[in-house]
Parts: sequence; structure tokens; C-alpha cells
Amino acid sequence: MSYPDKDAKAGWVSRLKSGLSRTSQNLNYNLDGLLNKRRLDEKLLEELEDILIAADLGLSTATKLTTKLARTHLNGAISTGEVKEALADAIAEILGPVAKPFVPNPTLKPHVVLFCGVNGSGKTTTIGKLAHALTRDGKTVVLAAGDTFRAAAAEQLQIWGERTGSQVFAKDPGTDPASLVFDALTLAQKQSADVLLIDTAGRLQNRGELMAELQKTIRVMQKIDETAPHTCLQVLDATVGQNAHSQVEIFSNLINVDGLVLTKLDGSAKGGVLVALADKFSLPVYAIGVGEQSEDLQSFDAREFANSLLGIEAN
Amino acid sequence: MFDDLSSKFGDIFDRLRGRGALSEKDVAAALREIRVALLEADVSLSVVKQFIDVVREEAVGQAVLRSVTPGQMVVKIVHDQLVKMLGPEDAKINLNASPPVPIMLVGLQGAGKTTTAGKLASHLRNKENKRVLLAGLDVARPAAQEQLLVLGEEVGVDSLQPVFGEQPVGIAKRAMETAKREGFDAVILDTAGRLAIDHELMMEVALVRDTVEPAETLLVADALSGQDAVTTAQAFNDKVGITGIVLTRIDGDSRGGAALSMRAATGCPIKLMGVGEKLDALETFQADRIAGRILGMGDVVGLVEKAAETIDREEAEKTARRALKGQFTLEDLAEQLAQIKKMGDMQGLLSMLPGVGKMKKQIADANIGDKTITHQEAIIMSMTPKERRNPKILNAKRRQRIANGSGTSVQDVNRLLKQHKQMAQMMKKMGKMGKKGLMGAMPPMAGMPGIAGGMPPIKHQPQ
Ligand SMILES: Nc1nc2c(ncn2[C@@H]2O[C@H](COP(=O)(O)OP(=O)(O)OP(=O)(O)O)[C@@H](O)[C@H]2O)c(=O)[nH]1
Ligand SMILES: Nc1nc2c(ncn2[C@@H]2O[C@H](COP(=O)(O)OP(=O)(O)OP(=O)(O)O)[C@@H](O)[C@H]2O)c(=O)[nH]1
Ligand SMILES: [Mg+2]
Ligand SMILES: [Mg+2]
Repeated sequence: MSYPDKDAKAGWVSRLKSGLSRTSQNLNYNLDGLLNKRRLDEKLLEELEDILIAADLGLSTATKLTTKLARTHLNGAISTGEVKEALADAIAEILGPVAKPFVPNPTLKPHVVLFCGVNGSGKTTTIGKLAHALTRDGKTVVLAAGDTFRAAAAEQLQIWGERTGSQVFAKDPGTDPASLVFDALTLAQKQSADVLLIDTAGRLQNRGELMAELQKTIRVMQKIDETAPHTCLQVLDATVGQNAHSQVEIFSNLINVDGLVLTKLDGSAKGGVLVALADKFSLPVYAIGVGEQSEDLQSFDAREFANSLLGIEAN
Repeated sequence: MFDDLSSKFGDIFDRLRGRGALSEKDVAAALREIRVALLEADVSLSVVKQFIDVVREEAVGQAVLRSVTPGQMVVKIVHDQLVKMLGPEDAKINLNASPPVPIMLVGLQGAGKTTTAGKLASHLRNKENKRVLLAGLDVARPAAQEQLLVLGEEVGVDSLQPVFGEQPVGIAKRAMETAKREGFDAVILDTAGRLAIDHELMMEVALVRDTVEPAETLLVADALSGQDAVTTAQAFNDKVGITGIVLTRIDGDSRGGAALSMRAATGCPIKLMGVGEKLDALETFQADRIAGRILGMGDVVGLVEKAAETIDREEAEKTARRALKGQFTLEDLAEQLAQIKKMGDMQGLLSMLPGVGKMKKQIADANIGDKTITHQEAIIMSMTPKERRNPKILNAKRRQRIANGSGTSVQDVNRLLKQHKQMAQMMKKMGKMGKKGLMGAMPPMAGMPGIAGGMPPIKHQPQ
């Protein structure tokens, strides 16, 4: 295998780079510059599709949306506002049914919530934030440090426990997570806690042995309460691309995922893949993460999310 | 000039081989599919557009191998271009600074910085025999410093003891002073995760950079990332200035297009890959592997490679057959030269073959460098087809013209002609000796008159 010499390499890099800034400027036009008093023709549709692709909606969802727009508006003169609204409508329509706030069932003592997802997606932090919201509502919350693998995962949860006034159930690193969860559930039941939030180690969906470990954890807790976990939430990072499809598909095939949490929406990534996911899996979105602090958990609002994808200012 | 000539040479060659060249239409059709594949692999749209332009330019006019469709050919070209653009593969962690060498890890929240810090510390200690100090600058995330301490202990590397309330710049300073005083070779600085759009935190890490002046500032980034990878990488490069990229979660099943986006957006090499949560799960970058994943068309790439091999073998056998009949023309010689060139670095290649070690000196004497071959090709190129087929007509005037045309000297032309004559004679002789199987009697390698019998130009698989 031969490589180009150094100069040739520098050549393509600088070429790509200059092209890049040009193109990202194009994309950053946002719809204002792009759509002012234009005819909705093929070219414009393509530009719209590009914007949606750049927001991670994926090619097929992006095409689907622009095709829909074309059906109603093709060749008509269309204003900025109209295009924005029409696209946002279509996206909100897809996302509307999946918005679902988390409300613990008061008859369950505890309502068991299991958090899962790939590494670093924000499980532990989301648990901390949710514990904050629940304890603020006067609920008693127990946190189970089911990640016995990652260095200082329990310590991290411990700090969230202190911050939110929740009891943390943890064991030594390397403990079998299934047995830890078993004990945590026993304890939470004994205390009649309102909610038990179970943290698990991050795992990539293609790691069979780790997925089996998660299934085992669930089986073991069902020995105590066969309806547990009452809510199983998969945590997704807003920066994720099309791999989110595989993540959601495999996790929900192997364990019963009830819904999603989308974190890190305070960054530049818009999490547009969620639109495609909603279309395909119809999984409810329970919450979104918008920062690293206790208060930075919000309920998901389809219209707001659609607006943010399209750069529509809140009014 | 030589480049120009050799590409012209390539054109003619393709015509000789009787295969078509890729038309603009062929390429456009294939590239539409490639675009879809790249977008599905999460290559950022802006990078996809640029990449497609580069490939289009590269592909139009290239030869299509026999038994391969134009589309398949384009896929192979795209693959090779991806490998080229993702590279280099040999980018090392830069330790060329007076010790202690500061290495800083930066990136988005949860990308894998702290884990990579542990892995890198272990790598530098075990593979480079360095004394490494780990320093945790993350005072934001709960238990971030504990996490790094635990990892340090696990890999048996020293950590800077945290001081409650100390801020990142202060920690960085203390880490460097401690390392200097205690004779460490390198300091790995693990920073807090931060959003590229968080102005304040980006300023903070820039301040740390100014304080320690890292020899390496590595952007740790997730291979699962989507379109935003390009924005993030660009922002970190603009505001902090990075020297390399570490791609984590390569053990996942993502197509990993973010690798290309970030490579393109920053111009920085991808230096390492995280391939698991365990502390030994760190590998050097493999462009070929990542290119294969991004494109997701491994079958097609393999198919074209196989076709190329088959054709090379058939070409070789055809040449051999003709050579044995005493019909070894300058065109055949040119073909051999092209094949030799395709094999890459001759001397390196030859020395890897068993039994060739002894010939090393001869090889060196024969001076078979890429440059020589390019010159020889140029000489043949400057001949008319008639001259190539019948060198006897080459009088002094014609030789001078050829020397001028190829940018060589008449002596060079003479040397090539003599060499060709020797080879042709030798092959005729071998042909008369009887057919001991084609490959046993392959023509000697061009440019190597001393090595009678020679070697087949291309590895041959007996059937
Ligand atoms: N900006 C921002 N950062 C977040 C958000 N949610 C989590 N984070 C950060 O992301 C990083 C990873 O979060 P964790 O909660 O540790 O993620 P995890 O899924 O538990 O990670 P593992 O247990 O290692 O798999 C931390 O630095 C968090 O502070 C969010 O909504 N916004
Ligand atoms: N599968 C896999 N997991 C990884 C890899 N690298 C890191 N991780 C995991 O990713 C998660 C986050 O890693 P960290 O090292 O804590 O990430 P970070 O960038 O330091 O996170 P913050 O400090 O919160 O910004 C952990 O669960 C790690 O075990 C990798 O290459 N493969
Ligand atoms: Mg965690
Ligand atoms: Mg960290």
C-alpha cells in the first residue's frame, strides 16, 4: 500500500478544509438566508434535505420529510416562515406521540427504574438529575450503584446521592451487578421507598456478554418483583449518529426498553436521529438532558425539539 | 514531467489491455451510491461533498479491470482514497520535548478521556519505558479525580494527589513542577469534558495549554458520533489547537464516519484507537480497517482486488509465453516496468522474499529504484509504436530525439536498449531449453540483467 507524499497530503487537507468552511457556512445559513422568497424547486429541496442530514436525521428520514414538503408546496413561492413551519410541523407530528414525562406510580413501593445505554451516554448523571427532581417533589429515592465495573462509578453516584438526599446502595467494585440489584431492591422495598433508580455500567450493544449480564440483572430482580423494572430507560447521547438505530434496536430486542432519554442537548449536536427513531420504534422520550447540573433535566417537548432542529427561535 | 509521461503511459497501457476507462457517467452513477453509504456511516455532509469531488476527479478516466463493473471499480477507488485520506497510520505520540513531556487530553463529555489517560499511561510505561505522572484536571464531574486515581493504581502509574479546591490551571502547574522535581518523563493531563460551544470552559482549557505548552494535545472523540463531529473537531482545533485524535469505542458496531470528518476538519492525524473499556484496549490507528467500516463495501473491494491479481497473473503469463517465442518487445518491457512499479518499493519487497537475501548486492548494483523505472518508462514512452516493436530502426538521430523527449540522456537510452536486447536473447534461449512450466521460465526482471532466470513479476499461485 503506498501513501501520498507529505505535500500531497497537506494538499488535500487544506483543500478539504477550505471547502469545509465554505460548506459549513452554507449549512449554517440556517433557513433564513436560504429560503427568503424563493420558489420551492428541486434545488431548494435538496438544500433543505442537506440541513436535515446535517442535523443527523439520516438520509431516508430527511428525504421523506422533504418529499412531503414537495407534495404540498412544490413550485409555489414560499416564504422563510412557511418552510420552517411546514417542516417543523411534519417533525413534530412524528415526535408528538413519543413525548412522555416520567411519573412514578405511587402504588409501587418502589417504582423501579432501570437505566441502560452505551458508555458515557449520561446514565449516571441522568439518575442524579432525576433523583433531584423526585426528592424535590418529596419522594424518597434509593440509588443502586449497579455499575460495579467502571473506575469510581459508585463514588460518582454517591456524590449524586449526597447532592439530592437519596440513599445510595453500593458494593465493592467487581461485585456481580445482578446480586447487587437484588439486594438494593430488597432494601428499597423494606424501606417502602417511592422510587429505586438503578445505574448500570455502560455497554456497547454489540457486546453479547455484557448484554447477557444486563438480561441476567433483570431476571434476578424479577425474582423479587416480577413486574420490575417498571420503567426501563435507554440513555442516548445527542451527539450520536446513525448508530443510534443499532443501539435502540438491539437494546429493545434484548431487554424491554420502555423509553429513551436524550442527553447533552445543550451542545451543538441536535440529536436529530431521534426523529428517525421515533418514526421507526415509536419509543416514548421521557426526558432530555441539557447540562451537567441537578436542574438540567427537562421533559421532552416535540414542538420545541422540532423548532430547535430547524433553528426556529422560541417566541 | 515524468509524472505526466507516466500517466500518459498508463493511458496507452489501458488501451493495450483493451479495457475501457471510467466515464464521467460511470463515476457519477457510482458516486451517488457512495454518497449514501458515507452519509449512513455518519461522515459529515460537508466532508462527503468534498470527498466526492476529490474522488470524481481521481476516478474519471481510470481503467476498469476486466471482469469488474465500472461501479465496482469506483468503489475500489473510493476505498483507496479513503485509506489515503484517513492516514497516515504511523503517527506516533510525540515525546520529543525536554522531559517532563506534557500530554493533554481534551474532548466532549463522556468521550473517553479519563479512560484513555489510563490506557495511554500504561502504554507509555510498558511500550516506551517512560515514567509517567497522571494528573486529573477535572474538578467538575463528580468523582472524576477518583476515577483517574483508580485507573493509575490499576496500571501501576503514579498520580498527582488531588488537593481539595485546586483549579485546573493550578493543578497543571503543580503537576509539571512535581514531575520535574521527581524526574518523570511524561505528564498526562486529563481535563474535564466540555462542549465546544462553551466559551468559558474552552478558554479555561486554552489557559491550561498556555501554562504547560503540551507536546501533544489529543482530541478524544467517540466513534459513535454523528454529523456534529466535524463542528466539534473544528472548534477544538481552532480554540485549543490539537495535535492528534484518539477515536474511542471502535469496538462498537458504528460505521465510524466521524473519523473521516474529524481528520478532514482538523488536518490532524488519528493517532490511537480505543477498542474497549479495559486498560490495554488501545491500538495504533489502522486506516484500512476504518476505511472498510466507513464504506461498508468490503465484498466489492475484495472482489476488485482479486480481479486485479488475476489480471496481473494473466498478463505475466502472456508476456512469458510471448517472450519464450522470442517476441519480447519494448512494449513488454514497459509492461514489466509498470508491474514492478505497482509492487512498490522494489528493494524492500525483494528482500522480504526467501532466498533473495544473497542477491541484495546485485539488486543494489542494478539500481532498481522507482526513479530508474520511471526514467525507463519515459524512454519507452518517447518512442513511436513502430520503434517500440522494432528497436533496430533506432539510429543516432532517433535516440537523441527519444532522450530529449524523455528528459534523459542518449546513454540512458542506449543502456535501456542493451538491457532489452539481453533480456530478449536470454528468453529466447530459455524458450528453446524447453517448457518447464511457464513460471519456471519467466523472463528476468527488467533492470536486472544480472539475475538470470529472474522472478515472476507478480506472486503466482500455481493452479
Ligand atoms: N453538557 C452535558 N453533559 C452531560 C449531560 N448528561 C451527562 N453529561 C456529562 O457526560 C459525561 C458522562 O456522563 P455519565 O453520567 O457519567 O455517563 P454514563 O452513561 O453514566 O457513563 P458510563 O457509566 O461510563 O457508561 C459526564 O461528564 C456528564 O457530566 C447533559 O445533558 N449535558
Ligand atoms: N467500549 C468502550 N468503552 C470505552 C472506550 N473508551 C472509554 N470507554 C468508556 O466510556 C465511558 C466514559 O469514559 P470516560 O473515560 O469516563 O470519559 P471522559 O471523556 O473522561 O468523560 P468525562 O470526564 O465525563 O467528560 C466509560 O464507561 C469508559 O469505560 C472504548 O474504547 N471502548
Ligand atoms: Mg455511569
Ligand atoms: Mg473524565
